[in-house]
Amino acid sequence: MVAIADSVPKPASRFRFILDRRDVLGSIFVAPAILYVLLLVGVPFLMAVYYALSAYTIYDPSWKFVGLSNFEDILENPVFLQTLKNTFIFTFGSQALGLILGKFGALVLLRPFPGRKIVRALIILPWAVPIALATVAWQWMFDSLYSVINWTFIALGFVTREEAPNWLGSPDLALLSVTIVNAWRFFPFAIVIFLAGITAIPQDVLDAATVDGAGFWRRNYQIIMPMILPIMTIGLVFGIVFTFTDLSIVFLMTMGGPVGATSVLGFAGFQTGITSGDVSHGAAISLFMLPVLLIVVVFMLRFIRRREI
Amino acid sequence: MPRITAVKALQETSFYGAVAFFFVLAAFPFYWMAITSFKTNADLYNVTNIPFWFTEPPTLEHFRYLFEKTLFTTWLLNSLIIGLCVTAITLVTALPAAYSLARMTGRNGEALGIGIFLTYLVPPTLLFLPLSRVITILGLQNSMWSLVVVYPTFTIPFCTWLLMGFFKSMPREIEEAAIVDGCSLFGAFIKMAIPLSVPGILTTVIFTFTLTLQEFVYALTFVSASDQKPITLGVATDLIRGDVFYWGEIMAGALIASIPVAIAYNLFLDRFIAGITGGAVK
Repeated sequence: MVAIADSVPKPASRFRFILDRRDVLGSIFVAPAILYVLLLVGVPFLMAVYYALSAYTIYDPSWKFVGLSNFEDILENPVFLQTLKNTFIFTFGSQALGLILGKFGALVLLRPFPGRKIVRALIILPWAVPIALATVAWQWMFDSLYSVINWTFIALGFVTREEAPNWLGSPDLALLSVTIVNAWRFFPFAIVIFLAGITAIPQDVLDAATVDGAGFWRRNYQIIMPMILPIMTIGLVFGIVFTFTDLSIVFLMTMGGPVGATSVLGFAGFQTGITSGDVSHGAAISLFMLPVLLIVVVFMLRFIRRREI
Repeated sequence: MPRITAVKALQETSFYGAVAFFFVLAAFPFYWMAITSFKTNADLYNVTNIPFWFTEPPTLEHFRYLFEKTLFTTWLLNSLIIGLCVTAITLVTALPAAYSLARMTGRNGEALGIGIFLTYLVPPTLLFLPLSRVITILGLQNSMWSLVVVYPTFTIPFCTWLLMGFFKSMPREIEEAAIVDGCSLFGAFIKMAIPLSVPGILTTVIFTFTLTLQEFVYALTFVSASDQKPITLGVATDLIRGDVFYWGEIMAGALIASIPVAIAYNLFLDRFIAGITGGAVK
């Protein structure tokens, strides 16, 4: 008898009725995330655009509209043009180097050998460990006096102590050094992406190609490469976005120096906007990242759409 | 025949040579971190010593100095608090959002999900100027709580995307059965979807935590008081007095902060890749 009494339906409240509608509850569920992102990414983004068009500094917090004059100022500055060039060298140099290392690393890790798991775990380290911490280790390795790299070169007899390179002290070497460190940080990511792509290729496709007479290189470039192209693109997109906008490696290793030789967009934006308090010019410098980001976003959207079809 | 064995031997040698190359390339900076942190200063700052191993007996003096004379433990605690708060905020917002986008909003949900994910690509270096204004308005300048407010701007998009993929891979029938049995829609989410997605939630927690540990740009911009810094920022910028770098201490601090992140990444790597490629690889 108790069971019957229990099964009497509770009067459904109006509140409960609304919450049972899929679209209403769905909107309520997604609202906090959207709001958070709109308030702290969307609004600041628009503010950044307006800053770049205003005469705003921390000493003169006016919102006076000055049009494109900030951009004109920046483009007339040879130091900025150097920064722009550095950013491209830093980004594409390190991505190219990272991809090459990643491709070969993936080929190595594809073959089973004793201790492969441990080697794989260690190879992930440069990408996993906070970049700021790894960078200080590299800074110490590039130290002007106690550099372990130079010590090795000297011990091997390549150079003498007097002519040992000053990695972070000479302009070209400094740019090379920060690029190498960034490539080092990204190559494990490239390896992992390549591995994920290659292992996802069905074995029968490869077998069929082998039966049809495709050799190692043909398999590699006409079957494997096209099939992993989408995932490779995604990996590269992430690499480019995070490198093009990065400042931590440059900030910690060289402070943009010597004399602006390693200054990149993110770092220049920080120097001008935060350190010097010239917010409007800093924002204008940062906005130069936007074209690259837009291209990347278009790529990403096209990729996602193709995947759905 | 001897020619074939010679070729084979050569192949084997070059293969293991390549393994060794990648091994050294990836691990050497960390080995260098470790050995520096255990060396005495006299050993470190002597260019005639072989740097790869101890010339003088190893010491714990750098670790002792780090824990007793610097703010290292404060930074550890700050990072822990920031990580926990950001994780909580992320879970509370991303979990229902991901469920809604995967299950309740249909085709619009897919587009909205992509939109949220794209905000993950908006870089800190574009937003730090306006955000520092927002931080000032909130009265949080120079406080680690500013990071608790700001970090969810990248953890929410990332984790929503990660969890969306997870919910999509769950069979719909389970919740439908719960609803047929008299569960409300909300109840089905709380009682069925969440318990079933514990592995996904765990991954999200780990990744939110590591993302907060890895972040550097916002911390550098918003926090300059030494006792408010998270560990990454503290170790990288606060162990320098004037022009003197405390290399032993810096490397010891970097080593301690690196280990948990390294372990977490290795455990959850496959899920992370699946998340970042949006399930392009199954």
